Amino acid sequence: MKLNKILKKAFLVTVACLVLSACATSKKTGQMQGDVYSGTDTVEYLASGVPDRVFFATNETVLTTAARETLRKQAAWLRKNSKITIVLEGHADERGTREYNLALGERRANAAKDYLMTYGISSDRISVLSYGKERPVDSGSNPLAWSKNRRSVTVKAN
Amino acid sequence: LRVEFRLWDVLAGKEMMALAFTTVPNNWRRVGHIITDKVYERLTGEKGYFDTRIIYVAEEGPKTKRIKKLAIMDQDGANNKFLTLGNELVLTPRFNPTSQMVTYLSYFRNLPRVYLLDIETGMQEVVGDFPGMTFAPRFSPDGKKIIMSFAKDGNSDIYTMDLENRIVEKITNHPSIDTSPSYSPDGKYICFNSDRSGYQQIYIMNSDGSNVKRISFGRGLYGTPVWSPRGDLIAFTKLHKGKFYIGVMRTDGSGERLLTENFYQEAPSWSPNGRVLIFYRETKTDNEGKGFSAKLWSIDLTGYNERLVETPTDASDPSWSSLLTN
Repeated sequence: MKLNKILKKAFLVTVACLVLSACATSKKTGQMQGDVYSGTDTVEYLASGVPDRVFFATNETVLTTAARETLRKQAAWLRKNSKITIVLEGHADERGTREYNLALGERRANAAKDYLMTYGISSDRISVLSYGKERPVDSGSNPLAWSKNRRSVTVKAN
Repeated sequence: LRVEFRLWDVLAGKEMMALAFTTVPNNWRRVGHIITDKVYERLTGEKGYFDTRIIYVAEEGPKTKRIKKLAIMDQDGANNKFLTLGNELVLTPRFNPTSQMVTYLSYFRNLPRVYLLDIETGMQEVVGDFPGMTFAPRFSPDGKKIIMSFAKDGNSDIYTMDLENRIVEKITNHPSIDTSPSYSPDGKYICFNSDRSGYQQIYIMNSDGSNVKRISFGRGLYGTPVWSPRGDLIAFTKLHKGKFYIGVMRTDGSGERLLTENFYQEAPSWSPNGRVLIFYRETKTDNEGKGFSAKLWSIDLTGYNERLVETPTDASDPSWSSLLTN
């Protein structure tokens, strides 16, 4: 009886593990964590190992752990290249009203700006430009496309 | 060209109205619209909306690189004319009360700012001297001020600028996003969009920014509030469970009524008599991201008579003029 129970438990744990790993794989192929884009499809590089953009959750302007890591790499690169100035271009997905999205894009770019400033980059070197939902990188009408479009992109200005 | 018309009451066997016009032949459509307005007014007791124009954004090209131009046309889609060349992104044009001026957002030199355009002369100027993006402009009902949002350091607040003395006033002061302001027709109140509760909702306040009150409490997100020309209703866009709605509510937020549901639609603008709304609708693209289009649609306040407003290109951000002849 006891052995049977233990076996049952072990079976349940195994099933749970399988389900979890299945989830992990589907997330990977979907390139999203929650609804934040975590893939590299659209990403360009400012320098080797320095991604140019960070992604946001729907209606959110909070920087994710991955976004902060990217911005720290950008800050290190900017400290090494002290003559470079940048524009932070903030974007929203198409699932919002145009005017609100303009404000949202501005807020996203400023979240990135604030983080770069805490890592020692002077505000003189950073300007901010919101495009709202006007310049999507992916023209799809699905959650993955929208996640790629909710972004702040760091662009060299000089 | 001489046009005469008589409106005959068949039951009473009496003439209700008769008018005659003399005009150049090219003007026949305009005369038709003026007559229609007269008939509409005589029969319904309300002003018509036929002798009016629509300013909007004409769109072309792929979704990721849209080219946008200001365009103007008659309310029925005739006499379309482009007002900008498409070199820079332009958004959200709105008429002044006399329909001779337009305020809109332009990305000229990659500096998104509110502009003023005189339709007859083509003269353009930036509105104010703001060190950042200004957007979501509209005229005050007397045409003397422009009300708009100014975004700075991640915070958007609502400002006005007096067009005569250039005095700028800050109307809202809150760390949230405050945008899409629209005056009541008497100029005493402003409705606007704010996410100060955490999500986009509709608020009203006095025109000096005092006495802010949230009025939208239904499920979902609310945006683009526009005060009706009659003063009793506010039209809005609502997002709920992945669908977009155009609706109206009373100015205290009661009596919410949704007129139309779709994959994506927003930005209602009222006909001058407050009977019809025009807005734009975008299609869902397929798996390859193809099949995108944006079109203007109109719908009666009753929720009936939804119709496509034909435009030569794709179109968005419509704004309805006042009646051109009274």
